[in-house]
Amino acid sequence: MSSQNEVLEKKKKQYPIIIDQKRNVALWESTRELKLKYLVSVEKIKKFFEGLLENKLLATKCEKCNEIYFPPQSFCSNCRSTELKWIELSKEGELLTFTKIFVKPSSFSHYEDYTIGIVRLREGVNVLAWISEKNLSKLKIGMKTRIETRIREPEGYPIYEIIPEELVS
Amino acid sequence: MERKVGIIGAASSKFGVRNDVNFSELAFESFKPAIEEAGIDTKDIEYFVVSNTGAWSSEQLPAIIVGESLNLVGKGSLRVEAACASGSAGIKTGYDMIKSGSADVVLVLGIEKMNESQTPTVVELIGRAGNYFWEFEHFGLTFPGYYALYATAYLNKYNSKEEDLCHVSVKNHYYGARNPKAHFQREVTIEECMNSKYVAWPLKLLDSSPITDGSASVILASEDFIKRNGIKEPIWIKSIGYSTDTSNLSKRSDFLSLRSSVEAAEIAYKKSGISKDELLRKIDVAEVHDCFTIAEILAYEDLGFFKRGEGIKALKEGQTYTGGKIPVNLSGGLKAKGHPIGATGVSMIVELSKQLKRNVEKGRQADIKNGLALAHNVGGTGHYAYVTILSFS
Repeated sequence: MSSQNEVLEKKKKQYPIIIDQKRNVALWESTRELKLKYLVSVEKIKKFFEGLLENKLLATKCEKCNEIYFPPQSFCSNCRSTELKWIELSKEGELLTFTKIFVKPSSFSHYEDYTIGIVRLREGVNVLAWISEKNLSKLKIGMKTRIETRIREPEGYPIYEIIPEELVS
Repeated sequence: MERKVGIIGAASSKFGVRNDVNFSELAFESFKPAIEEAGIDTKDIEYFVVSNTGAWSSEQLPAIIVGESLNLVGKGSLRVEAACASGSAGIKTGYDMIKSGSADVVLVLGIEKMNESQTPTVVELIGRAGNYFWEFEHFGLTFPGYYALYATAYLNKYNSKEEDLCHVSVKNHYYGARNPKAHFQREVTIEECMNSKYVAWPLKLLDSSPITDGSASVILASEDFIKRNGIKEPIWIKSIGYSTDTSNLSKRSDFLSLRSSVEAAEIAYKKSGISKDELLRKIDVAEVHDCFTIAEILAYEDLGFFKRGEGIKALKEGQTYTGGKIPVNLSGGLKAKGHPIGATGVSMIVELSKQLKRNVEKGRQADIKNGLALAHNVGGTGHYAYVTILSFS
């Protein structure tokens, strides 16, 4: 009898069933893992990324109604024109708000805790990005900032970052 | 002719980490008491709306799972998604069907099974609920991170402290401790809140709503159907206001208010014929969207309960506790009752229906004088907003 039970217990272990110890309930751990990696078109805004290589922050401006778009877009949401030109933003602005991310998404778990801010540029356009300064006590709403291109490691691609003015070298 | 829309059945499942039930069982748990309260048969239901955001749960066609489980196969259905406001968007969908005359009885079922995925995956998925390419792909914003940007700006502007936000957590846990359906049924102190770990500075774990499983069911019916079937004491939906805001947070003009909440409230008040200066006298009880403590403070001010910059003061004075000017989140709110994304908005309607009928547990019943209640449900970081006004006489 006991050996029969042992055989049954052994057979039960063939299932991917795990026990949630805290609640003592059975869970089927799916054997079909899904990996998602998106392919996002940047064809019509690729100049933006070329600009970053020269430490330029580019936006688009509607030739008809003068609306400025950052993040850049190839059409005008306002007047529906598709005639937009590239303009270079000043990069100078001031910090509107900020945070520091302690509990990170799994795809960001390889970074140190990072600070994120939103700055308003001279042109009245807002930019959200990482702040180079990670020490919260050195950040103040209203402080002067610049936008600079930095290489995002370990991925190794150039991306814009907020630099508090006193740290600009 | 104006068709009135009534709520004839409303119930919620137990909220929490529900590893003891699957998707169908969780849906059944709120549907059974709701249809039994309504006293109707499944054959009376013409259409079922399922509010669900999904991605973290295995079923990709949640409405179809619900249909098969609840014996609703063959009826019309769809899944409704408006992030954390999916529940209210579902109510609006059912309400419009009845109001327009295209249906007499509609089930709105909100459900979310978030714990089918591990926490870091859920953090990742909710963090993507903004503008994926410009705010997530490069900068890894999280849901608490988005609200933290508002909290930093608010605390700075009104010279307030992190501790002030913890008062929201203390209030909502106080009521959660009195709600047997709540995810967290325990009180917390300011000190515990202040000592909890940062998730996104200045917001801490105890400033945040949890990752919750749950379902809520509301059965809506036309006035004709209600009269024809002699259904007593329905709750009426007086109005639903709605709005949206930009996907990119960087395109917001300031971080002191959710514009979509202000606009949704204005629409709801106008359609109900309530003026802003009589709000506190007319509304007996409210459920507001407190996914984070800062969100409840913003809601007080965006909905016009209190003046700009005075939300924290009103809370500390006890104005949003029972016996105060306007009791808020006597269910425990998203903070303590839990926040199963698609179920949240529907569960607000369930809670307020019970409040209006003076049918909630001791210690968390509002004083019902005018028979008016307000539900405020936000999707994302003000990306969507709904305000629903209910009446009972």
